[in-house]
Amino acid sequence: MSLRLPKITFWRVVFAAILIAGLYATYLRVFYGLGGSTNLSDKFPWGIWIAFDVMCGVGLAAGGFTLVAIVHIFAIERYKPVLRPAILTSFLGYLLVVVGLIYDLGRPYNLWHPLVMWNPHSVMFEVAWCVTLYSTVLFLEFLPVVFEKFELHKPMEWIHRISVPLMILGVLLSTLHQSSLGTLFLIVPEKLYPLWYTPILPLLFFVSAIAVGLAMTIFESWHSSRAFGRALELPLLASLGRVLAVVLSVYLWIRFLDLSHRHAWDLLARNRIETWLFALEIALMLVPMVLLFQSRTRRDPGMLYACAVMVVFGFIANRLNVGTTGLEAGSGTHYVPKWSEIAVTLSIVACGFAAFRAIAGYFPIFEAHSHEDVRGELEETEEDSVAIR
Amino acid sequence: MPRAILYDSTLCIDCKACEAGCAERWGLPYNDRIAAEEHISAHKLTAVETHGDHYCRRLCMSCLQPACVSVCPVGALQKTALGPVIYDSSKCMGCRYCMQACPFQVPTYEWSKRLPLVRKCDMCYERQSHGKQTACAEACPVGATVNGDRDELIAEARRRIAGKPDQYYNRIYGLKEVGGTSVLFLSAVPFEQIGLRTNVPQEPLPETTWRVLELLPDVVSTGSVLLGGIWWITNRRAEVARKEGKRK
Repeated sequence: MSLRLPKITFWRVVFAAILIAGLYATYLRVFYGLGGSTNLSDKFPWGIWIAFDVMCGVGLAAGGFTLVAIVHIFAIERYKPVLRPAILTSFLGYLLVVVGLIYDLGRPYNLWHPLVMWNPHSVMFEVAWCVTLYSTVLFLEFLPVVFEKFELHKPMEWIHRISVPLMILGVLLSTLHQSSLGTLFLIVPEKLYPLWYTPILPLLFFVSAIAVGLAMTIFESWHSSRAFGRALELPLLASLGRVLAVVLSVYLWIRFLDLSHRHAWDLLARNRIETWLFALEIALMLVPMVLLFQSRTRRDPGMLYACAVMVVFGFIANRLNVGTTGLEAGSGTHYVPKWSEIAVTLSIVACGFAAFRAIAGYFPIFEAHSHEDVRGELEETEEDSVAIR
Repeated sequence: MPRAILYDSTLCIDCKACEAGCAERWGLPYNDRIAAEEHISAHKLTAVETHGDHYCRRLCMSCLQPACVSVCPVGALQKTALGPVIYDSSKCMGCRYCMQACPFQVPTYEWSKRLPLVRKCDMCYERQSHGKQTACAEACPVGATVNGDRDELIAEARRRIAGKPDQYYNRIYGLKEVGGTSVLFLSAVPFEQIGLRTNVPQEPLPETTWRVLELLPDVVSTGSVLLGGIWWITNRRAEVARKEGKRK
């Protein structure tokens, strides 16, 4: 009898290394507290567990509400094939945000306190409620997939009956807390660098969340098509790419107007780290916008993917700037995450990828709707319907 | 009447009696090594800082409209009618938003503990509510820190400036900063030279987030009607199209 070991591949080795580092970091977090596992201090109380795990996590999971709104509320049915993966990404995203919070909170067993101890003046209180409710909504939006898998027809009917109010609730809750993550930082006008501090931070967070939700949908479709040897829904993704370009241009236009109204352009003349980080974040949004406005780029799966990745990184750069680097000068300190903070964050991301893959392999995430009439509609789009393996 | 503390930097002699009195009041250890630390932390809730020839105390400013109270998602921090901002540790979940929001970087955290809590000066709420002076004011041998009614202390500060205009920088820190604080400062030099933040806004900080939060009912009501309406129209259109298709 031979022992069957899983085949060793490069990515599996990386995955295992990340998880081992993450486990050791978890040990440090539990037994040596936040002091032993992070580089946080009294002057810099929030690090990448908030700025990346929570702020980026919630944003990267914005594809769910964006596509629910597009497919069900605006009834643009041809995007249906990417709806389920988007909802799954969102659901996993929110679960992982909670995992990140458990690492970050000083007393994680009090996580439920905001639900009973109210302070309606607190943005964090609103975020806590929205995230709790929206995670529930996402769970209910994902349930039909489970019911379909196990052929449970009765509960399927029940869930269909409440689906419309559920979807509207989901879009509303997302609108509220995606923007509220920006509102969180309105309380620190003297700390956050003026390139980022603006009264319209909530609006910017909302619009950029929509952009990154679309980018993540392209990103995950590209990856799952490779992982599962599935044909890429290229015409569909190409037209999503065009929507993304429009959203990005709206976002950049608002930022342009904002900087002009606040007379903040002079700041760009200063040779400071903030100027360069700002330039990086804008470039990572501007370049894909310009590229995606050209149909040649959209029809090239590699370029489309590269654009989506740029938007995702531009978004992450923005959230990290608002949540960490933009606060350093105002807080009078420097913050570089400890290795254990990075290890935990990478582990959470790695678990997200693994969970998505496992669930998508088991449940009908991609096969769904393929027999319906969406195929016919697809061919009517302006893009060539070239299926790419 | 709300209580306050007036700290007169020109009178301070850096004897650190306030630090020792504060440590005793909280039951915290105090020795030469801790006395040498010139910053507040979870084991030192007030500190005397040296800025050249001048001294400045750090302690909770007990803002009239505190950012920390407004941001706490569980209401663990409360502004009392008496003036102090108090902390109910049993509610705290450790999100540290109070620390991020505080413009004076006052709340500190027990970073080395497995289950940490926030620590900060509470302007001796217990003592003051029993009619006693704050521990720091009681300990101060030269009257650099005095504790009393806020309006009376403002009047006293003005008297001191008017009495010796050449010895004082002609302003009271804490009168207007972030909408007013319950700790007031007098200094011989401009406040930024003794380490006080002068870039804080004059308006109360909770306003900055409330301006957005108060729109919440509008967003929910308008949003649900709008989304419901769009859904109804788009689905009605599809339904009509389907029926017409059948008729043909």
